[in-house]
Amino acid sequence: MRQNQQAELIIEAGGRASGYWLELWRHRELFYFLAWRDVVVRYKQTAIGVAWTLLRALAALLVLSVVFGRLANMPSGGVPYPLLVFAAVLPWQFFASALTDCGNSLVEGAALISKIHFPRVIVPGSAVIVNLIDFLVSGAVLALLFLWYGFLPDWKILTVPLFALLVVALAIGLGLWLAALMVEYRDFHFIVPFALQLGLYASPVGFSSSAVPEHWRLLYCLNPMVGVIDGFRWALLRGDSLYYPGTLLSLVTTGLLLVTGTWYFRRTERTFADVI
Amino acid sequence: MPNIVLRTQGVGKKYILHHQDVAACHRTLRDKIVEHAAAIGRWLKPETPQRASPSREEFWALRDVSLNVKQGDVLGIIGRNGSGKSTLLKLISRITEPTEGRIILRGRVASLLEVGTGFHPELTGRENIFLNGAILGMTGAEIRRKFDEIVAFAEVEQFLDTPIKRYSSGMYTRLAFAVAAHLEPEILIVDEVLAVGDVAFQKKCLRHINDVAREGRTIVLVSHNMLTVEALCTQALWLHGGRVMDLGEPHRIISQYLRTSFSSLAHQHWSDETAAPGNDQVRLHRASIRPQGGAVADPVRVCDAFVMEFELWNLRSNTYLYVGIQLHNEHGILIFESAPVEATPWLGKPFPVGLFKFVCHVPANLLNAGVHRVALVVSKNEDVLLHKEEEILVFEIADSTEKRGGWYGSWDGAVRPILAWDTQLLQAKGAVKQVSNAS
Repeated sequence: MRQNQQAELIIEAGGRASGYWLELWRHRELFYFLAWRDVVVRYKQTAIGVAWTLLRALAALLVLSVVFGRLANMPSGGVPYPLLVFAAVLPWQFFASALTDCGNSLVEGAALISKIHFPRVIVPGSAVIVNLIDFLVSGAVLALLFLWYGFLPDWKILTVPLFALLVVALAIGLGLWLAALMVEYRDFHFIVPFALQLGLYASPVGFSSSAVPEHWRLLYCLNPMVGVIDGFRWALLRGDSLYYPGTLLSLVTTGLLLVTGTWYFRRTERTFADVI
Repeated sequence: MPNIVLRTQGVGKKYILHHQDVAACHRTLRDKIVEHAAAIGRWLKPETPQRASPSREEFWALRDVSLNVKQGDVLGIIGRNGSGKSTLLKLISRITEPTEGRIILRGRVASLLEVGTGFHPELTGRENIFLNGAILGMTGAEIRRKFDEIVAFAEVEQFLDTPIKRYSSGMYTRLAFAVAAHLEPEILIVDEVLAVGDVAFQKKCLRHINDVAREGRTIVLVSHNMLTVEALCTQALWLHGGRVMDLGEPHRIISQYLRTSFSSLAHQHWSDETAAPGNDQVRLHRASIRPQGGAVADPVRVCDAFVMEFELWNLRSNTYLYVGIQLHNEHGILIFESAPVEATPWLGKPFPVGLFKFVCHVPANLLNAGVHRVALVVSKNEDVLLHKEEEILVFEIADSTEKRGGWYGSWDGAVRPILAWDTQLLQAKGAVKQVSNAS
């Protein structure tokens, strides 16, 4: 630390490329404190606190199970329909709220951004962390559903963290895009909720993606959430087979979004304080 | 030059202004789409002349700023609003990036552009100390080590676990400043923080900054309060329109700045008699202000008596002319009206046609510091208004370091008289103790 303090720091136009990740590492405590703040603040002055996350998940579960399972009578491949929906609601809800929070994070943190220097990526980053914690809590509690149905997953459940990683990467990649775009174009404030609402039905949350005709399947998998949800179902529900091209495609799209999101964010972050 | 800790070389910052929208700072997608459509249009029809969009305008908030700050220096940046002071601070504290030039920093930089940045109203005092500390660049261990000190400094012990939305604004400010005061950067950047809070708080801030400077740390601060700058700084930088006007010894820079930096109307002269303000009865000819015994361009300080002179043509013979002034301060408050009421040779007498000169003597230590505007009112027969010239003179009364009783902050009030005070000791300390024991 001492020798760092004496090091010369040169600030130039466009000269911020070197040491970006090192600087992020130096600000890890700020990252920790901001994420901690978001967690603490999220359920302050609510009567039931984190239970809201569970209630939201349960409500979505109920509605989707009734609409798609009972009324539309979609096939479930022998699995209790609520479990089929649950395996999708879990990652979807994380994705949707992480994306919303990420997108709004910079604009909401405008006061901080225009007064203090720090790697801006911390702000959307902490928004993802908060939702990740919600995700873990609701995942753990809703796992009780499996016991209720007496349905036990097999060894494939061990791959759940990998798919969780995939959806986190997806949320970060897309979230970085949205956060950076939102700084300049507040339009996304209206676009995001709308798009997510459509996305709920465009992604196989309420139904199994095997219901999609075979020749459309690969095209359908261009939506990276399809691969995520299929992965979760494959890992949690016995007997479901994985559609590998779809997973691979999802992996590629997610990687692409993550790389371009980081690129766009870094390219625009130097002007955030001027534009916001 | 081993001990130069902050160096800027030809630093400039350009902003693009967007005019057409009311909410001009945020572009919408529509604008972007229209722009792109226009670009495609140009690409399809290249012969169309490219014209600069009238809605975009370049604006250099800062240009060509070069300076060196040595370790232990206190640099005060002065200048009018919009002169680039805050932009320079933002560049040095790396909130935004320069468009050109480079800044070289040596050491840990902490910027205090606002008191209480990142405070969250829902969090408790304790939580906010940690959050704010981290935001200002302290490590968790550092905050834990200084926690008790911070709490004692802020005097909020019993409210540590109360959400700060329930704090009084005084407690809030104290807590915020307490955290900031325990930063230990090599370079501290402060923006007008001293302008908030009550008198006691401002004093605390000033004292603290003085202490920090004495420890050999480097401070860069922006202030509108010339006395602060003069009292605290070892160097002053005067910015004007984004450029460096002068850099050097604070006293010299400040007096230069005060002399030239506001759009004063210390002197007006209408040589063309027919075009001068007025009418066929009276016409203005000249107006000026100067300190007693000084020249017209000299600054007027609080402790200076000054003289206002008005010359005007009376164009009708046998007019009973009455001349008066109204003097407003920068807040638009009428400080006084004045007219010749003592028996001058012309009081109550008919005026022949000719050029008249009215001189008004204002004593020292009457007006407070700040910009003042004078309106001249000319009437006849005491009740018929002939002409009123708003802002015939605009001038700034400069603050002075004399007779302030050790207080360097701003001094409120429309006027600033020096009144007679007596201070007496009524009871010695031992006697006080007895009284309090008895009660």
